[in-house]
This record gives sequence, structure tokens and C-alpha cells, in this order.
Amino acid sequence: MIVETLSWICLVLGGLLGIIGGIGLHRFPDFYTRLHAAGTTDTLCAALFLLGLGLQAGITIASFKLFLIFAFIFLTSPTASHSLANAAMIGGLNPILSNPDVLNPDVSNLDVSNPKQLDE
Amino acid sequence: MMYAVAIIAILITILLALVRALLGPTVYDRIAAMNMLGTKTILLIAVFAFLTDRHDLLDIALVYALINFIGVVAVLKLVEQGNLYTNGESSVDVKSEVGDK
Repeated sequence: MIVETLSWICLVLGGLLGIIGGIGLHRFPDFYTRLHAAGTTDTLCAALFLLGLGLQAGITIASFKLFLIFAFIFLTSPTASHSLANAAMIGGLNPILSNPDVLNPDVSNLDVSNPKQLDE
Repeated sequence: MMYAVAIIAILITILLALVRALLGPTVYDRIAAMNMLGTKTILLIAVFAFLTDRHDLLDIALVYALINFIGVVAVLKLVEQGNLYTNGESSVDVKSEVGDK
């Protein structure tokens, strides 16, 4: 019963975290903030889901496979986020705060969804 | 019940990521969205394996976890240097293409 409740809590928290990451990916103004929202929630969301499923499975071959999936996601997800940010930086995409006009309130018609406009 | 709630949450997240992948002004937004979508697909397969009580589906989730990472890195390399066969040097001028892909 306790294991069942813990599993519920893990799955619901993981689902909430995933939806929060999705909303962040959808609403943040530029690429780097979006990557922050997606990258940070992704790993913990996966960990909570797999922990919740592992509590259901007990100590079996299924929970070992879940642990392997968790290990791969734990290693590859931050690496993918890092290489994405690195590639965007090399590719010449500037963070939104590197443009001083964004901090200036009288440019209210600046379209933040268009990064081409923010480049010098 | 528990698995159904988890699957619905994952599907909502996939929908949001898909909208970003379709809208995303730069190519990097699309890659970030597809990376997130891939991770959520792994979780979807894992939860589905428990929902239908077919634990052999976890092998597919494991393979998907590996392929997803390799796919993201390969697409990044393709975007960055314009091809997949040279080692490091770029064959296109990337800076001129960031905004409109």
C-alpha cells in the first residue's frame, strides 16, 4: 500500500514536471531560455517516472531495465542540452539579454519571437 | 488508472513540444523540441509496457533511448557543418542560415 502511494506520487510529480517543461518550452522568449526549461525538467521528469514504475515492478528484470534506461537518459540528456547550446552559440544565435534594446522599456514593439530581429 | 494519468500527462507534454517544433523560429528550437519529444516517447513506451503488462517492451524503450541521443547529435552535426562526412570543418556558412530554417 505504501509502495503504491509512493509510486502514485512519483508518477504524478513526473507528469506535472513534464507539463511544466512543455509549457516552458512553449512560452519562453528565446532559444536559450527554452532550452533551460526543457533541459532541466527533462532529466528529473524521466527519473521520477522510472522510479515510480520501478516501485511497481519490485526487484525484477523489468526494474533492472528501467534502471538502465534511467542511466542512459541521465548521461545523454544533459550532454544533448550542452551540445545544443554549444552548436547554437557557434552558429551565431545570440541570447536575448545580449541585446541592450530588450532591457529598454520603450521598445515595446520588439517581437521577441523573432531572433533575426535581435541580431545586430 | 495510475498509468492512464501518466500517459495523458506525457501526451500533453508531447503536444506542447510538437507545437514548439512546428513553430520554432530557429532550427535549434526544433532540435530541442525533438530531443524532449524523444525523451517523452521513451517514458511513454515504458509506461505503456506496464499498462499492458508486457515488460518486454522495455527493451524497445532502451533502444530508443540510445537512438534518440545519437540522432540528436547527428542532426546537430549536420546543421553545424552542412554535411556528415567531413571531420569538424564546415562546408556552409552557418551564420547566414540560422534564422530562416
